[in-house]
Amino acid sequence: MEETKPQLIKITFDGIEVEVEPGTTIMQAARKIAEADESQGHLVPPAMCYYKPLPTSGGKCRACLVKVAQGSAKDPRPMPKLVPSCITQVQEGMVVENTTNQGVLDTRKSIVEFLLINHPLDCPICDQAGECHLQDFAFEHGSVKTRYEEDRRTFDKIDIGPFVQLHMTRCILCYRCVYTADQITDKRVHGVMNRGDASEISTYIEKAIDNDFSGNVIDVCPVGALTDKTYRFKNRVWFSKPEDAHCDCSKCSGKVTLWYRGDEVIRVTARKNTWGEVNEFICNTCRFERKKTSDWVLEGPTKVKRSSVISANKYRADLIKKPDFALKLAATQFKPIDDTREFVTDGETIRQQSIENNDKANHRSLLAKNN
Amino acid sequence: MAKKILTEHINVPGIETFDVYRRQGGYTAVEKALKTMTPDEIVEETKKSGVRGRGGAGFPMGMKWGFLAKPEGVPRYLVCNADESEPGTFKDHYLMKSIPHLLIEGMIIGSFALGAKKSFIYVRGELMYVIHILEKAIAEAKAAGFLGQNILGTGYDLELIVQSGGGAYICGEETALLESLEGKRGNPRNKPPFPAVKGLYQSPTVVNNVESIANMPWIINNGADAYAGIGIGRSTGTKLISASGHIKKPGVYEIELGVSVEEFLNSDEYCGGIRDGHHLKALVAGGSSVPILPAHLIMKTANGEDRLMSYESLSDGGFATGTMLGSGGFIVFDETACIVRNTWNFARFYHHESCGQCSPCREGTGWMEKVLHRIEHGHGSMHDVDLLVDISKKIEGNTICPLGDAAAWPVASAIRHFRDEFMWHITNPHEASQPGAVYQGEMALV
Repeated sequence: MEETKPQLIKITFDGIEVEVEPGTTIMQAARKIAEADESQGHLVPPAMCYYKPLPTSGGKCRACLVKVAQGSAKDPRPMPKLVPSCITQVQEGMVVENTTNQGVLDTRKSIVEFLLINHPLDCPICDQAGECHLQDFAFEHGSVKTRYEEDRRTFDKIDIGPFVQLHMTRCILCYRCVYTADQITDKRVHGVMNRGDASEISTYIEKAIDNDFSGNVIDVCPVGALTDKTYRFKNRVWFSKPEDAHCDCSKCSGKVTLWYRGDEVIRVTARKNTWGEVNEFICNTCRFERKKTSDWVLEGPTKVKRSSVISANKYRADLIKKPDFALKLAATQFKPIDDTREFVTDGETIRQQSIENNDKANHRSLLAKNN
Repeated sequence: MAKKILTEHINVPGIETFDVYRRQGGYTAVEKALKTMTPDEIVEETKKSGVRGRGGAGFPMGMKWGFLAKPEGVPRYLVCNADESEPGTFKDHYLMKSIPHLLIEGMIIGSFALGAKKSFIYVRGELMYVIHILEKAIAEAKAAGFLGQNILGTGYDLELIVQSGGGAYICGEETALLESLEGKRGNPRNKPPFPAVKGLYQSPTVVNNVESIANMPWIINNGADAYAGIGIGRSTGTKLISASGHIKKPGVYEIELGVSVEEFLNSDEYCGGIRDGHHLKALVAGGSSVPILPAHLIMKTANGEDRLMSYESLSDGGFATGTMLGSGGFIVFDETACIVRNTWNFARFYHHESCGQCSPCREGTGWMEKVLHRIEHGHGSMHDVDLLVDISKKIEGNTICPLGDAAAWPVASAIRHFRDEFMWHITNPHEASQPGAVYQGEMALV
């Protein structure tokens, strides 16, 4: 017997018509457009809190707000406010404006600003840098300058369990980790405490999060608030090479991405799709304990978007723009070095001289100490 | 004397007890509704009366009841929102503590009309003694056979439960209230689905303000037409106004909608005028969330008509020159009040009460408060004023619930109407940061 297919709904998104099943959200419709035609990827609204594998997530960060210029074919009135595309379902004949509406873009810019005013901007020392959704979001939609002059909120770092560290200062309160703990683990022991800009993800009395799937909160975190303690400060993500691999695991699907530095597996994560969402959640044994290539069956390199810095392990010289301003500055401040010593190229001599110099420096510091 | 609906018997000694309330004609509306009317007739009557939600939004109550989905086999709930915590609004508190049976009677009629077998009164956590009063009143009503199994022999069962909140302003938002009632963190839900379809425990739910529900007994007893005859235009009936600030007689007053602002402010029946030797500077007509208006705009609309205490007249002129009736928190400022300080105070409240779920409100309210704090304490700069306007614009309309709007409007309106005063604070930081310093300059007319 042939199953009756549900009637498809036709909507217009940024001038592109797309047919989707009833009950689809605007965000999913936009992603469908981008999946059909990769060049339209920029049309998809950004998602900071929405996470498709976690039902009921979304609607909180307001990054994906879009304008509905026509509610449906039946009721062509526009919706009065911008609507969150991640949770708004499509209607027949709906007309949605995303990148074609200046108001939407302005709002998005202000959302970046709001998210960043209490974010530490410590990307240079943050493990998430390079695969951080907030970084991408700010890069694409934010402005260069901040108008925020006040103190930022800060929190102490908390160890939640042996593998996960919570750095609440970086958190953007997307609630994804709360949904993860709610939906894929038996018992949730962490949640959001307090309210307003004082709210924090916490386990209340620093209780450890201890269950087989707790590590997934690291994967779902869009920023560097929840990090892998076995990987912290080990490597920049763009210096590592992702490989798909699988193993026969009794607890989870065993389908993972291994992150290599040289021959060493420095990190194991779940596999993510184009939208940075986990395909299948993995267990802690796979994530934290199987860190030898011999534990895995390799499948080949992970596909990484060309625009991602992760693929930039292969930075090409012709793509790198030379920093003009630095060269100009150097040119204005250039002074010939006043050094009459002869130019040495011989390695042995250099070594000898540096030892002598070191000795002199040590001697000086000893003298300074004694005096 | 103006018509009194809610506060007619409020000064009768012992009205909080069942016996006295019954002797004043209480619970006759329940008898009439349950014995002689069908639920649909009651909903129809409510629609005809034109009574509008008294919690702030002013949405027609009958229409809200009409939206309630009625799927088979799914329970329906009526929830009374008694989480009144808007600065400047204290009418529900007064009503519940003085005449609790009026609310209970309204709840019975409402629950019957909606087919709810279980109804809740969600009371603000700070009002513990009011919860005790309500529980005592419910026990009395139950003993008299107006609650519980088989009410008045009609076969209708109703259980009325009083639930205390945890003291969060956000739980006055209906979906946050429902979350809180379910025992979760009081975060507002995304809409749709609306509570009328999926509310408490994913069942159809109606959430109404205390004052709206308390109107029901009168409507049933006297008919919708009599109720619709009170008031003006689409603002029917009476409204409790909580008057506070620099007036001679602060308190809760029941007015017929359509009384002029001037009469309400100056007549001896109501506020009794501004305190002696002072004059009106600004007025917040409907609780801290609504735009503040300067003296010349609150008495007359921009067209020169008299401003009336009604939903339509107060919002005349939109946000440029108008405000809203809101929840009826009438806050009066004379010329000794500093608008910047007051705006900062409101902003501080919204910063403290933001639930922190969606980013514009979580971050924006804190930002506004900090900038206002800076201006008030003499560290502001000229671009801060425009920054505030910009932040408030970016919050407004982009949040999950109306708290974002409520936080943005007072700031935006204060700057719209009192920009000079903000400028004075910035250009005279030393003088302005002295305690009690107030801008004395002439107000620029908008």
